Amino acid sequence: MTDYLTIDNLTKRFGGVAAIDGCTLSLRKGLITGLIGPNGAGKTTLLNLISGMVKPDAGRVSFEGHDITGVAAHRIASLGLVRTFQIVRELSGLTVLESLLLSPGHQMGETVSGALFRRPTVQEQEQHNAIKARRILARIGLWHLADQSASQLSGGQKKLLELARALLLEPKLILLDEPAAGVSPPLLDVIMRLIRELRDEGISFGIVEHDMHLIAELCDDVHVLAEGKMLVSGSFAEVTADPRVVEAYLGMPA
Amino acid sequence: MIAYLTTLIVLVSVAALVGLALNFQWGVAGLVNFGVVGFVALGAYTAALLSPPLGWVGGMIAAATLCAIASTFLALLSIRLGDDYLAIVTIGFGEIVRILLLNEDWLTGGALGIPNIPRPFVSLAPAGNYDVVLLPFALLLVAAVYLVLETLVRSPFGRVLRAVRDDATAASALGKPVLLLRVKAFAIGGAAMGVAGSLHAFYLTYIDPSQFTSIITAYAFMAVIAGGRGSNTGLLIGAGTIMTLIEATRFLKDVMQVIDGAQLSALRLGAIGLGIVLLLILRPQGLLPEPHRRAREFFPTEKGGQ
Repeated sequence: MTDYLTIDNLTKRFGGVAAIDGCTLSLRKGLITGLIGPNGAGKTTLLNLISGMVKPDAGRVSFEGHDITGVAAHRIASLGLVRTFQIVRELSGLTVLESLLLSPGHQMGETVSGALFRRPTVQEQEQHNAIKARRILARIGLWHLADQSASQLSGGQKKLLELARALLLEPKLILLDEPAAGVSPPLLDVIMRLIRELRDEGISFGIVEHDMHLIAELCDDVHVLAEGKMLVSGSFAEVTADPRVVEAYLGMPA
Repeated sequence: MIAYLTTLIVLVSVAALVGLALNFQWGVAGLVNFGVVGFVALGAYTAALLSPPLGWVGGMIAAATLCAIASTFLALLSIRLGDDYLAIVTIGFGEIVRILLLNEDWLTGGALGIPNIPRPFVSLAPAGNYDVVLLPFALLLVAAVYLVLETLVRSPFGRVLRAVRDDATAASALGKPVLLLRVKAFAIGGAAMGVAGSLHAFYLTYIDPSQFTSIITAYAFMAVIAGGRGSNTGLLIGAGTIMTLIEATRFLKDVMQVIDGAQLSALRLGAIGLGIVLLLILRPQGLLPEPHRRAREFFPTEKGGQ
């Protein structure tokens, strides 16, 4: 197993606060890696730094051996490194089907000349993407809602839609920011089963999550962050047994 | 009466072109433009100045191109700053254009404006009756711009612009080049405003800065709000209704002799404002919704969706 995504001595300060402070860790290919840590440990900031939403002050991020430090967010996404958001960002002006048709990269119809002068080819691409979108929507049980506005879905359905949107980009690595937050238990089971199936199909995952049940069930590796630094890493059983982790969460020695 | 109707239809056409352009920038792509009148004026003056040497086609293309370039420049300057700042910068642009037109006498004729602007297809018109040419010309222009913008709105390009409008961060997380898309949308809208300005110049054959007041911007926003953000068809209805109402209420003074013309014109504008407020309360989504692609377009044999 090789290191797939490596973060080397990454630092990001907001004013006087170092949200990420010399953090070094790596994600292995084909596995689900959990990123846990108490509130304010810098988990979401780390995701923002990796996905190019925020520029780091120092350090390096590399993906598949390429340096992607400070690269624009949309370029990182088109390299196959896709993220979702803690608070769902559904595209409220689009229907469920449209938000999936939006995802695939390199759409000829997204250029002005393509949209105006290459309409048959564009329609062919759309049809092709629509078939893929239907397959994914059927898999997550949202096909019957295809023509609904994305804003009308429930919280859990929006999380599923966001994951589906990421899948249509044909990603290699998906970073999920709290996929379980605000999701009803039956839908959470759907999400967890889907993540496990996708891992078996070869997609790697990084998951930031507070739901320890999900982390324990899904993750092959777990990294614990505290105060912007990597604290401990190992299997879920290993890290939860580590006294430093208990101290970071509870603020006292175990 | 025929002459008056022609005037009305040409006025509606200019308003519709401006509205279509703003609908693309603001309705579809979410980019606020409070400097609409500046782009229309820039288009009108470019057409007025360049039509004599280049012919009207050349003048019109130059107007569209120059407005697209100005839009690109403005967008690049300000789009990174976000919505509110784009609004401020575009207001500033509108003012700069107005002041330049008033003061650069050597080029624009200052407050006196530019007379004798050549018209398209003059040779086709029977003597003294240019209206029979102007009317179809204006309608064809609106049809052409509508067709281009409607094709774009319904294409994946329109869809990705709507995504950028709804949530730029989410769009960039899906690999969409947000800045480039915004610049393109703003430039396309700017070009259409340039076309609207040239039609204005060809119709009046004489332009001066007093014709380009902020009310043009206000009418365009009214038309987009009334028609429904994102819907080009709704926009045509909205622009048509608003301009017809504004013009038709002129005749009220023949019916109601208690008030004089000045009072009536103030009342007319007030009534339009009241209409917009009522529309926003009673039908905030506008007359027509923006177009969506439905599952059955792709899978006609089964009943997907609802």
